[in-house]
Amino acid sequence: MPTLADLHPGQSAVVVSLAGDPALVQRLYELGLFEGEAVEVLALAPLGDPVEVRVGNSRLSLRKAEAANVTVSTP
Amino acid sequence: MTTTKPLTVALVGNPNAGKSTLFNALSGLRQRVGNYPGVTVEMKKGQFESAGTTFDLIDLPGTYSLAARSPDEMVAVDLLLGRRPEEPRPDVVVSIVDATNLDRHLYLTSQLLDLGEPVVVAVNMTDTAAAQGIRIDYEALARELGVPVVPLQANKGVGLDALTRTILTTAGTEPPRGPTFPVEFEKEVAALQAELGGAVPGVLVRRLLLDVGGYVEQWLVGTHGDGLKTQLAEARGRLAAAGCAVPGVEARTRFGWVRHAVAAAVTKPAVRPVTWTDRIDKVLTHRVWGTLVFFALMFGVFQALFVGAEPLMNRIEEGFGFIGKAVEGVMPSGPLRSLIVDGVIGGVGGVIVFLPQIMILFGFVAVLEDCGYMARAAFLMDRLMSKCGLSGKSFIPMLSSVACAIPGIMSTRVIENRRDRLATILVAPLMSCSARLPVYSLLTAAFLPVRSDDHPDGYAWWVPGVVLFAMYMIGFVTAPLVALLLKRTLLRGATPVFVMELPAYKRPTLRAVVRRMVEAGWAFVRRAGTVIFAAMVLIWAALYFPTADPNGVPYEDRLQLIEQKKADAEARLVELPAEPEDARKEAEEAVAAADAERNAVNGEWKRNSYLGRVGHALEPVVAPLGWDWRIGTAALASFPAREVIVGMLGMLYDVGEDTGEDGTALQEAMRKEWAGGPGGKYPVPVALSIMVFVALCMQCVSTLAVMRRETGSWRWPAFTFVYMTGLAYVGALVTFQVGRLVADAMG
Repeated sequence: MPTLADLHPGQSAVVVSLAGDPALVQRLYELGLFEGEAVEVLALAPLGDPVEVRVGNSRLSLRKAEAANVTVSTP
Repeated sequence: MTTTKPLTVALVGNPNAGKSTLFNALSGLRQRVGNYPGVTVEMKKGQFESAGTTFDLIDLPGTYSLAARSPDEMVAVDLLLGRRPEEPRPDVVVSIVDATNLDRHLYLTSQLLDLGEPVVVAVNMTDTAAAQGIRIDYEALARELGVPVVPLQANKGVGLDALTRTILTTAGTEPPRGPTFPVEFEKEVAALQAELGGAVPGVLVRRLLLDVGGYVEQWLVGTHGDGLKTQLAEARGRLAAAGCAVPGVEARTRFGWVRHAVAAAVTKPAVRPVTWTDRIDKVLTHRVWGTLVFFALMFGVFQALFVGAEPLMNRIEEGFGFIGKAVEGVMPSGPLRSLIVDGVIGGVGGVIVFLPQIMILFGFVAVLEDCGYMARAAFLMDRLMSKCGLSGKSFIPMLSSVACAIPGIMSTRVIENRRDRLATILVAPLMSCSARLPVYSLLTAAFLPVRSDDHPDGYAWWVPGVVLFAMYMIGFVTAPLVALLLKRTLLRGATPVFVMELPAYKRPTLRAVVRRMVEAGWAFVRRAGTVIFAAMVLIWAALYFPTADPNGVPYEDRLQLIEQKKADAEARLVELPAEPEDARKEAEEAVAAADAERNAVNGEWKRNSYLGRVGHALEPVVAPLGWDWRIGTAALASFPAREVIVGMLGMLYDVGEDTGEDGTALQEAMRKEWAGGPGGKYPVPVALSIMVFVALCMQCVSTLAVMRRETGSWRWPAFTFVYMTGLAYVGALVTFQVGRLVADAMG
């Protein structure tokens, strides 16, 4: 399954699961990024990292290494 | 006046919920900053009166959750629970949430409901929500959440009265109850609670179980031993087996509860409308356009710091110079006059002169942060900064340090991660600040002049530019390297979470911006000012005493005699007719001789001062750098403020403090003095060695004072002082020794 780090700007997906460092997972939860939520990749930073994503009505910046912990399913 | 006990109210909310705006709107100018021992967080406290009651307001730092991961974050939780000795337990907790993003902001609210204190929910930015087609039924929301709800437009002051009324009526009521967790979870909490006893409040037992590796776990495992660790692991294992794994169980429970409440009270448009933030972000976080806008903006900030602040700084210096002269004119000469003119007035001027740069930078920081751009800047620069172990948030503090490390260090507050923030603070002074520029340009002009009619043996036109560029590059290259080294050694630790919210764009208010500028300036003057002032007076004394020459004649008397001679010669000059020329010439020579004599006496005074004696004693230490003891003394005297090194060199070489634009007089004097030593043979390597020393050395007591204020201890400024001085010594040593070899090879 792809992760959030594999998506291109403009692509949408649904969060399937979160893994990795508990502190990271907890922060993602707190920011509203959890299982079943729709996410959209909005932009990539100039050097290709980090990524800007929208979840709910929030915009988040995640480093690719962090985004790789978020498994998603694309339509 | 009222006789009732003041009501303590804590303000809690996510970053960008408008918490500070609400705090300022409620407490106006009656604010002060509360410090807490052992941590670097500051919390603002304000007071206001309404309906005959005094409200004590505490503004907690913006947070997404009560899951504390550091001592800094724990302060907020302890404060809310009344576990800090400095503050009473809050009577009411105000949870401020963003109306356009209730689903997420109410997550924190649901955690606050577990504290066992009355809670009031303040729904802010209701106008923006309405514009986006979001309709909120506040009564229904209050019913669903089980706590009073007040709509608010904090930036326009709408709803403040209703909020204070609601706080008053809510105080002393039965605390609300938050969402219900699965029974399996509650069973584990009860078991742990029984183990830990009543001293640990229930809400912290929940955090202990939920926050894997969090602060509560570190703290309680520390006090209760590793047995608790095993117990925790087993409990978490049982929860995972039952399908309630931490931390997911908290997110599911709370968001489920929030969804339910929002579904009953909020109607959103079926299709998410395209907002201004969407449109602006299309450009500002774009790989090409975003980067271009970013660099254009940074250029503007830099230009304003570098060029915009200069006239103001010159004005301040002139002003203090004028006051000094005025005082000099009315007071009899002696230690008191010198203390007031050179020590006190010079010291105060040395503090105030930084204000323009601090206030300009903080004006920009406030605008960029309030409008939401700061997070975008961090997003754009993150990858670059990650190469030296930092994050995008370190970029603006580092760039600002090229103008002046003081505002740069003060602006590191945007970096939440303690280690990243420390690393940024510790390397910021390596960036070549504007105070180093005059040192570079003067030494370059004096020792590497461009070939011209005046300097037939000068250098090619591009040499001064290359030297200046190289001096700046020293900072640009060394700072990231040292940061990387620090992050791999002293400041090593778990990789922090870099996930960051990019808030919706907002229009900053002039009021908030001015407030930030004034606060930053005042904080600097009040906290750093005393240290800087003390250091200035100290160095003045070290250069002033002893006040008499070895024969016991006070220098002041000798100087007065010389001034008298000069005045006589000048008076003669005015009276003499144009002819005969010889008489005029004689008078003119007498004036020049008096000037030279004055410079010589001043030089002798400095050389025989306590500082000069220390410099003399240190000669063997600075000899490998190609320096004579005079350069060593000048470097020593400029530790409080590096910009004085040029004037100090001038004084020590008897050419006077004012060395002029191109420093020709200084250069000639130095060459003459150096003739016998290494400087006579290698003037350029020596000049470069001084420049490299200035580039790398921590010669700024103001920066040290600000560091101490921002890190909360003298440990880090002391460390920075030692490592930078060491680096500067080695750098100057290598520069001179290599330069000497090159000069020998070139014959």
